[in-house]
Amino acid sequence: MINFPILSLITFLPIIGMMIILFIPKRQSLFIKSFTIIITAIQLALAIFLLSNYNFSLAGINDIKSFQFVEKFRWIEIDGFAWLGKIKIDYLLGVDGLSVPMILLTTIITFIASISSWTIDKSIKGYFLMFLLLDTGMIGVFVALDFFLFYIFWELMLLPMYFLIGIWGGPRREYAAIKFFLYTLLGSVLILLVMIGLYFSSMETLADGTRVFTFNMLELMNPTNYTQNGILSPLNPANLRLIAFIGLFIGFAIKIPMFPFHTWLPDAHVEAPTAISVILAGVLLKMGTYGILRISYPIFPDITKDLLWWIALFGAINIIYGALTAMAQKDFKKLIAYSSVSHMGYVMLGMAALNTLGISGAILQMFNHGTITAMLFLLVGVIYDRAHLRDIEGFGGLGKQMPIYTGFTTVAFFAAIGLPGLSGFISEALVFLGGFGNNSIRIIAIVSTLGILLGAGYMLWTLQRVFLGNLPEKWNQLTDVDTREYIMFIPLVLIIIFLGVYPSPMLNLMNSSVNAIVDVVEKSGLFLKSIGSL
Amino acid sequence: MNINNFLSDIDLIYPEIILVSTLIVILLYDLIFTKNKRLLPFFSLSGIFIATLFTILNFGKNEFAFGYGSNNYLLSIDDFSNFFKLIILISSFIIIHFSILSNEIKICIDRHGEYYTLLFGMMAGMFFLVSANDLIVIYVSIEILSLSSYVLAGFVKTSLRNSEASLKYVIYGGVSSGIMIFGMSLIYGMTGSTNLAEINSILKVTALSDITFLTSILMVLAGIGFKISIVPFHFWTPDVYEGAPIPITAYLSVASKAAGFAVLIRFIKIMFLSGITNNEYWVLFPIIDWRSLLVIFSIITMTLGNLSALWQDNLKRMLAYSSIAHAGYILLGLAVLSNQGLTAVLIYFIIYLFMNLGAFLVLMLIANEINSEDIDDYKGLGYSLPFLSAMLSIFLISLVGLPPTAGFIAKLYLFIALVDAKMIVVAVIALLNTVLSLYYYIRVLKNLYLSKPNERYIKIKNTSLSYPLVFILGTPVFVFGLYFTPITDLAKYSLKILGI
Repeated sequence: MINFPILSLITFLPIIGMMIILFIPKRQSLFIKSFTIIITAIQLALAIFLLSNYNFSLAGINDIKSFQFVEKFRWIEIDGFAWLGKIKIDYLLGVDGLSVPMILLTTIITFIASISSWTIDKSIKGYFLMFLLLDTGMIGVFVALDFFLFYIFWELMLLPMYFLIGIWGGPRREYAAIKFFLYTLLGSVLILLVMIGLYFSSMETLADGTRVFTFNMLELMNPTNYTQNGILSPLNPANLRLIAFIGLFIGFAIKIPMFPFHTWLPDAHVEAPTAISVILAGVLLKMGTYGILRISYPIFPDITKDLLWWIALFGAINIIYGALTAMAQKDFKKLIAYSSVSHMGYVMLGMAALNTLGISGAILQMFNHGTITAMLFLLVGVIYDRAHLRDIEGFGGLGKQMPIYTGFTTVAFFAAIGLPGLSGFISEALVFLGGFGNNSIRIIAIVSTLGILLGAGYMLWTLQRVFLGNLPEKWNQLTDVDTREYIMFIPLVLIIIFLGVYPSPMLNLMNSSVNAIVDVVEKSGLFLKSIGSL
Repeated sequence: MNINNFLSDIDLIYPEIILVSTLIVILLYDLIFTKNKRLLPFFSLSGIFIATLFTILNFGKNEFAFGYGSNNYLLSIDDFSNFFKLIILISSFIIIHFSILSNEIKICIDRHGEYYTLLFGMMAGMFFLVSANDLIVIYVSIEILSLSSYVLAGFVKTSLRNSEASLKYVIYGGVSSGIMIFGMSLIYGMTGSTNLAEINSILKVTALSDITFLTSILMVLAGIGFKISIVPFHFWTPDVYEGAPIPITAYLSVASKAAGFAVLIRFIKIMFLSGITNNEYWVLFPIIDWRSLLVIFSIITMTLGNLSALWQDNLKRMLAYSSIAHAGYILLGLAVLSNQGLTAVLIYFIIYLFMNLGAFLVLMLIANEINSEDIDDYKGLGYSLPFLSAMLSIFLISLVGLPPTAGFIAKLYLFIALVDAKMIVVAVIALLNTVLSLYYYIRVLKNLYLSKPNERYIKIKNTSLSYPLVFILGTPVFVFGLYFTPITDLAKYSLKILGI
C-alpha cells in the first residue's frame, strides 16, 4: 500500500513546479521547458504507480470505504451559527474506477502536451506557469470528492485557459478566449447555484451524532440524508430538483460541449496553440461528462431516470450534427473540433443507456477520444508548423512527401472512424450495445449509427484530399516527422492499438465502479421516488 | 435635554476621542511647523493605531452611551459598530499609505496639514455614524463626513476635474441631505421622537402606515442611499470617483460606503424590527414590504452598475461603476432580512475592503508610472510592469468573484443567504450579473496581457517602494479565498446590534 498522500502529490506537484519556475530568470527558457516536461513526467509516473497499487475490485461511487487513497481532513469549520448548525468543508480526495482512467488520461495528455509546447517562442515563462496551473486544476477536478473543492478546481482552470488561448493563440485569439471564458463561467455559476441548493437540502451525521449541512458528494448521494424542507430535497413537495438537474446538466454540458452550447469549441480550438488544443480536446471536454457521471447521476438519480431519453437525444444530435458540420469544414483544425462534438455525443449516448455496457463504453470513449483527438490535433499542429496552412483544399499528395506522417495520420483517422482493431471501435461498439440494450433509447441509438457512416465519410474524404492526389509544387520542401514528434506520437499510437486489441485491463479497471453507478441510480432513484410520492 | 452619566460614558468613546485629538494635533502642528510636513503621515498613522487598540478593547462591550430622557441613548457601542469601526480604521490606515505614494497629493505638499485634518474629520464622522442610535446623530455625523469629503474630492485645486468632482458632490450631497433631514423631521412629527429604539416602541403600539410616514422613510433612505450610491441616488458616483484624487476615491468607495451601510442596517433593524423567528429571520413592521423594496433597489443597482461599466474606457470610472454594482450585491445581503444575510454583508465588506483598495492602489501606482487611467493605455503593460499587472489581475478576478480568490467567498456567502431564504430567482439574476461583470474586468486583463506592448511604456523601470503595500493587500485576497474561518468568525461575533 502507498503510505504517502499520493493524490495531493499528483495534484499539487505542478503548483510546486510553478513556484520554482517563478524564480527562474526568463532567459533560461530551455531549462523552463525541460523542467515542465520533467514535472509532467513525474506526474505520469505517479499516476502509473497509483494504478499499480489500485485495487480493481473496489467500486467507490457512493461509498467512502471503497474509495482508494482517500485523504480527508477538516478544511473549514465554523461552529456556533445557531441558524445554520455547523459549516464544515472537508478536504476530501479519493479515486475509484471512474476517476482513475481520467487521471491516467490527464497525466498522459499533459505530458505529451508539454513536449508539444517545446515550439512555443513567446513569453515562455508565462506560458509554462499557466500550463502548470491548468494541470493542477484538471487533476484536482478528477480527485475531489467534496463539491466545494471540486468547484474550486473547476474554476481554477478558467483563467489559465483564457490566457493560454488569448496570449499564445492564433489571429482571432482574443475573441475565442473571451467566448470560452464567458460560456464556461455561465456554466459554472449554474453549478454553483445547484451546489448551494444541495448544501441546504442534505445533512450529514457526524461521529458525535450531530447533523450538519454538507458539501461532501458522497453524503449528498445518500438518500436518507435529505432534510424535511430543503429546496432540493425530495421530501419537500415543492422541491426544485428537476430545474436543479437541468441547471447542473447545462453547466456540465457547456464543457462537453453539447449542442446547442457548443459554439465556443470551434473558435477555441482553431485559435488555441496546438498543445492547448490537445489539452482542451483531450482532457477539458471530459470534465463535462465526468461531472455528470460523478455528480448529476448519483445525486439526482430520480430525475436522471426520467430524463435519460433526452440525454440520449442530445447525444444523438451531437453525433449527427457534429459529423455533418465537420463534413463542411475547410479548416483542418475546425474539422477535428467538430469531430470532437460528434464523438462526445457517443459518450452521452452511452451514459444515457444506463447499463454496464453503455456506461463502460462512455468512460472508455472518454479515454479513447482523449487519446485519439489529442493525436489528431498534434498531427494538425505538425503540418501547420511546417506549412503554416490548415486549409484542407490547399494540400494534396502529402503521402509521397511525408510517408511516416501519413502513416500516423491514417492510424489516428481510422481510430476515430472506429476501425476494428483500434481503440475507437471498442468504445463505440460498447456504446451502441448499451444503447440497443435499453428499450427506451433503442431508436435513438439506431439513428445514431448513421454517425459512424458520416464519420467515415468526412474522415476518408479528408484523407483523400490531403494525402492522395498530386503534390502541389510549393509543398515539396516539407520534411517528415522529427524525433520530438516521434516521442509524442508513438505512446499515443501504442495506446490506441493496445486498447483496440486488448481493452480488458481498462474495462476491468472501471467495471466495479460502472456497476455501482448503475446500481446507485436504479436503487436510489426508486427510493427517492418512493419517498417523494409519500 | 439632560445627558445622564455623561462622564462615565466618556470611557466608551475613547476611539472617537483619539481620532478628534489626532485631528487637533495635526491642525496645531501644521500651524506651528509650517515648513516641515513630513511628520504628518506619521502622526496620522499613530493616531489610527491607538484608535484601533481602543476599538479592539471595546469589542464585546455592548453598551449604550449618552442616555437622555427616560431610556433614550445617542450612541450604541456594540460589536456591530465596532466591526465597522475596524473596517474604517483598516481602510484609513491603508489610505494614509495611498496618500504618501500618490503623485496627485504629493504636488500639494504645503497643504498636507489640511488634507490629513480633513481625513480625520471624515473618520470621526463615520465613527459616530456607525454608532448612531438617534436620527439627529445620524444627520450630524453624515454632515461631518460629507463636508470633509466634499473638500477632499476637490483637494488638488489646480486640477479642473478635481474641482468639477467636488462641485458635483456638493450639489448632489446638499440636495440629498436636505431631503433626508426633511424626512427625519416628518418622522419626528409623527412619532414625537428622534431615537431609533423609541420610535420602534412607538410603532409597536400605534400602527403608522399612512402615506406621509412612508414618504418620510423613503426620504431618509434617499439620504443614506446617496452615501452608499445605490441607483437612483448614484448619479454623483462616476463623476466624483473619476474626478477626485485616487486615495479619496478609494476611501469613498470603501470606508464611506461601509459607514453608509452600517447606518442603513441599523435604521432598518432597530426602527422596524418587531421580532425574530427561530431561524433568525427578521420580522419587520408591515409598513413597507422591505424585502421587495430592497431587492428591487439592489437588482437595479447591480444591473445598471454592471451595464454602465461595460462601456467605460477609464479604469477609474469603470471601478466607480463596479463599486455601484457591488453596492447592489451587498444590498442584496441586507434584503434577505436575516442574520445570515447580515453575516454575508459583513463578510462581503471585509473582503471588499482588500480587493477594492488593492485595485485602486495598483491603479494609482500604474497612473504614477504612465500618467494615464485609460484602459487602452494599459496595452501590453503586463510585460513592462509584471508585478503590478499581476496583482491588478488578481484584484480584478477577485472582484469578479472567481475562486480561489476571496471575492468568491464573499459571493458564496451572499448566495448561501439567498438560497436559504428561497430567493432563487434573485440569486440567478445576481449570478448572471457576475457573468456580465466578467466581461469588463477581463477587458483590463486582455489589454494588460493579450495586446501588443505600447512603444511608449516598454522602457518603464519600476523602482517603487510600494510593493510591500500591494503585497499586504494581496495576501488576504488569497488567504481568505482558501481559508475563510477567521473572517466568518469575526462577522459572526459582530452581529450583535444593541437596542433590539
